[in-house]
Amino acid sequence: MATEILMPALSPTMEEGTLAKWLVKEGDTVSSGDIIAEIETDKATMEFEAVDEGILGRILIAEGTEGVKVNTPIAMLVEEGEDAASATVDSAQSQQPAPADKTLTSESAPAAAKTHPEPDLIPDWPEGTELRQQTVREALRDAMAEEMRRDGEVFLMGEEVAEYQGAYKISQGLLDEFGSKRVIDTPITEHGFTGIAVGSAFGGLRPIVEFMTFNFAMQAIDQIINSAAKTLYMSGGQMGCPIVFRGPNGAAARVGAQHSQDYAAWYAHIPGLKVVMPYSASDAKGLLKSAIRDPNPVIFLENEILYGRSFDVPKLDDFTVPFGKARIWREGSDVTIVSFGIGMSYALEAAEKLAEDGIDAEVIDLRTLRPMDTATVIASVQKTNRCVTVEEGFPVGAIGNHISAVLMQEAFDWLDAPVINCTGKDVPMPYAANLERHALLTTEEVIDAVRKVTYR
Amino acid sequence: MAARKTTPKPNVSSEELTQFYRDMLLIRRFEEKAGQLYGMGLIGGFCHLYIGQEAVVVGLEAAAEDGDKRITSYRDHGHMLACGMDPNGVMAELTGREGGYSKGKGGSMHMFSKEKHFYGGHGIVGAQVPLGAGLAFSDKYRDNGRVTFTYFGDGAANQGQVYETFNMAALWKLPVVFVIENNQYAMGTAQQRSTSTPDLHTRGEAFGIPGEVVDGMDVLAVKVAGKTAVGHCRAGKGPYILEIKTYRYRGHSMSDPAKYRTREEVQKMREERDPIEHVRIMLIEGKHASEDDLKAIDKEIKAVVNASAEFAKESPEPALEELWTDIYAEAT
Repeated sequence: MATEILMPALSPTMEEGTLAKWLVKEGDTVSSGDIIAEIETDKATMEFEAVDEGILGRILIAEGTEGVKVNTPIAMLVEEGEDAASATVDSAQSQQPAPADKTLTSESAPAAAKTHPEPDLIPDWPEGTELRQQTVREALRDAMAEEMRRDGEVFLMGEEVAEYQGAYKISQGLLDEFGSKRVIDTPITEHGFTGIAVGSAFGGLRPIVEFMTFNFAMQAIDQIINSAAKTLYMSGGQMGCPIVFRGPNGAAARVGAQHSQDYAAWYAHIPGLKVVMPYSASDAKGLLKSAIRDPNPVIFLENEILYGRSFDVPKLDDFTVPFGKARIWREGSDVTIVSFGIGMSYALEAAEKLAEDGIDAEVIDLRTLRPMDTATVIASVQKTNRCVTVEEGFPVGAIGNHISAVLMQEAFDWLDAPVINCTGKDVPMPYAANLERHALLTTEEVIDAVRKVTYR
Repeated sequence: MAARKTTPKPNVSSEELTQFYRDMLLIRRFEEKAGQLYGMGLIGGFCHLYIGQEAVVVGLEAAAEDGDKRITSYRDHGHMLACGMDPNGVMAELTGREGGYSKGKGGSMHMFSKEKHFYGGHGIVGAQVPLGAGLAFSDKYRDNGRVTFTYFGDGAANQGQVYETFNMAALWKLPVVFVIENNQYAMGTAQQRSTSTPDLHTRGEAFGIPGEVVDGMDVLAVKVAGKTAVGHCRAGKGPYILEIKTYRYRGHSMSDPAKYRTREEVQKMREERDPIEHVRIMLIEGKHASEDDLKAIDKEIKAVVNASAEFAKESPEPALEELWTDIYAEAT
């Protein structure tokens, strides 16, 4: 029984090649690993090794032949005593090429949303719940402490989280309560400690990684995206990564270009991550508790300027806020302002000023960017017919751009004006106080945008 | 801490020696078959073969205990077979089929097995090193006495995150064996052209991590060194470095024209230092096995590998719905 030697594919893209040279001749004995030919691919000249043993019975493609298609028989290998001319090919060994890719048909793609899902309007806490004023900082600490009490496999690691009590005092008191096994100061090596935290999550623990700021997480972004976000998929669902990456994100004040970037759009781009960006203290608490319990990697984007602000927080034993549910802060009929994180400060302030001029704005806080509650935004725009988005990040590839695209595709017939995206300016953050003010978003810009879309 | 040389003691039973032969031969034949299937277009993309390096994983698996973990780079087929993963599942992943370990969604570089404590299969050079230390962190957190084998190459040994990891692993006394598989070429760059000091086992000295150099073409020497390293970790003394000198016969990946070394260099290694031939001679000369015994093993292995290739060809491509699954885990 003879074996065909087929023209090999010697690179990921090779479809045909040149059989440059035969290094064996008919009648030679070849064994596994012998170099039998040189083949020119689209990239280089490669040596081609024999896999099977036998006698080279017949050369089917002469050396120097160009354009030999992959999987074309180029020679016949026969067993001892076998006549090459009359040799039959063992069909079991003459393998078929890989089946062609099935093209993705439109039926298999997720059906375009023709009917819009109903927004979830259930309030975050039942009416009559006792409230207290708390800062975002205290709410974040309480969320971590409550979850660490609840689950012994939750731990916190990061720079200055333990003995220093947190660079921004978010982890105040946690070392005292939970000890150095669960509240861990790291060296200033984001790439390494992020990888260690991700590995510990593969090992079944539930780490919370504090970045002193998300600017420093760029050192570690390979581990966040390539290791944390993609492994569940790459492993066919076997190897999940329950981890929270949290810390201040975006501009603080006068800290210059390298410490002032908003990463919301960067992380929201990545399938496999969940992305949270809270504005209020109740959301900071309820969403961080949900993040710690989530079996997936969660990016939790805080803001230094918001840390000290106080909000109503419900006095409940176990208060959580689900992902993918926006919050309507203010109902209105003339325009929809969509924002998240610190952008909400500008949105709410603009809405108040606009109300003085008789423009009634609805203000929506997305709260989570992945998953994103577009249903609430669409339902609002169906009522107001106009939309302005507000965020501090850069304008190119912004979250607002994505919302505009969703509205264009799913609420086009309801729009009475183009959607305007209010964003930070397309410049690195300057240090000078006056320049910084202009580089960031202003409430005036939001008001101007609303006037444009309402033609007033 | 000074590097120590180990003197391998051939304190090994016939059964174990025969098992080493069998395990290494399985990897060799499996990889040859994978190379063949690649040539036929049944395997696509990148495919990094382990041929020549078999004694490294087989020797270290002999030093491991149940529950110990392992993690490696993209040159991972040998590690998977050595820790007992099913050749059918590995080969079917190479062909991108439903029966593969990752349902065809990972490919050659990305396979995992919770059951066998194999944590991948990672495609970014050096990224598996902190991940491996993190696995060891989880074991230390649970105080369960387990050790993680974290494999990386001489190329990855120059990555910055490796040294960040050495620092924390030593500081926190993590039970991790850093296995540097020094096959002397980082893709096409010879070690002396990329590395300022050649002794990679001394790379932990600045962090107080002991290291030793091991002959990676001698499976018995690898096992002895592995036992020392594992013992160090289990005693709570923190990480240990093994620089295992080995050699890959094939290119970096399938599309490697191998112009950076001579054919004679490869041929000399194959003829004089082949790790499987080494054990074969020990088996014959020590009268642990006859030529016929070994022929029977060869035949058996060939059948296993051929069956894996058949399985990998016959297993269907993943259903199109699989495109949309396993992106997020459901809360339990």
